[in-house]
Amino acid sequence: MLVITCPYCGPRPEIEFAHGGEAHIARPQDPSSLGVEDWTEFLYMRANPKGLHAERWRHLHGCARFFNALRDTTTDQFVATYRTGEPRPDLAAVKA
Amino acid sequence: MSDVIAAGRTPFEALNGLSMPGLSAAPDRTRYILRGRAGILAPVAEVLGFALPTDACRATGSDQRHALWLGPDEWLLLSPAGDRLDKALAFAIGDVAHSVVEVSHRQVGIVLDRPDAAAVLSVGCALDLDLAAFPVGMCTRTMFAKTEIVLWRTGENVFQIEVWRSFADYLWRYLVLAGAEFA
Repeated sequence: MLVITCPYCGPRPEIEFAHGGEAHIARPQDPSSLGVEDWTEFLYMRANPKGLHAERWRHLHGCARFFNALRDTTTDQFVATYRTGEPRPDLAAVKA
Repeated sequence: MSDVIAAGRTPFEALNGLSMPGLSAAPDRTRYILRGRAGILAPVAEVLGFALPTDACRATGSDQRHALWLGPDEWLLLSPAGDRLDKALAFAIGDVAHSVVEVSHRQVGIVLDRPDAAAVLSVGCALDLDLAAFPVGMCTRTMFAKTEIVLWRTGENVFQIEVWRSFADYLWRYLVLAGAEFA
């Protein structure tokens, strides 16, 4: 079982967590002025990278808070977790 | 369901006495879920008589009343049956954004008090229940087998479990099965 570090509760078993999709996708400020293409881009288009991916996770069966995580999609390793609202950690700093 | 609760019946009556040493139903309690940010800490402390825990996964309390940290802005308040806090809390907190929801009948309490309590719980719970990792006074929502519980360690070998009442029967049977491994 994976151990995921919740930024509030600390290391916890993965069964307490729920995945919440890609992180850092800002909702458009003025949706009604958006064209179909742009709206589609916001709603459906995701990075889907091979490697490090910034994701939203929710500690559903713990503190129930959303937070963000950097996960390697090839190894499933959680490189870093950080609270919602904080910037994505610097990659070089994470690897160090 | 409401008539079942009104009659004072517990989910454990249907178990026909199925039990094991150290496993018991907790006394009837009044329960609230309190949510709010830092602005509610001082007025709530005045009502409760002690400060809410602000450290993650910790409980504070007096003899009668207890506050369990569930999230950064969420607490479970436990007090003896009939000790109603909602009006006093709402009055004290005033205009600061908050929510107080009574959940007394949503969940029931189970007490596991036996020398191998941590080992029995480990059968269904993935948390590290070693005293160093889960000290006395620690509380958290977590999973036990397929059901969500609030687990609270009140003594080295004493755990209080809060579970939604419709899951209580399942949890109780699972704990008895788990205990059988250590009989």
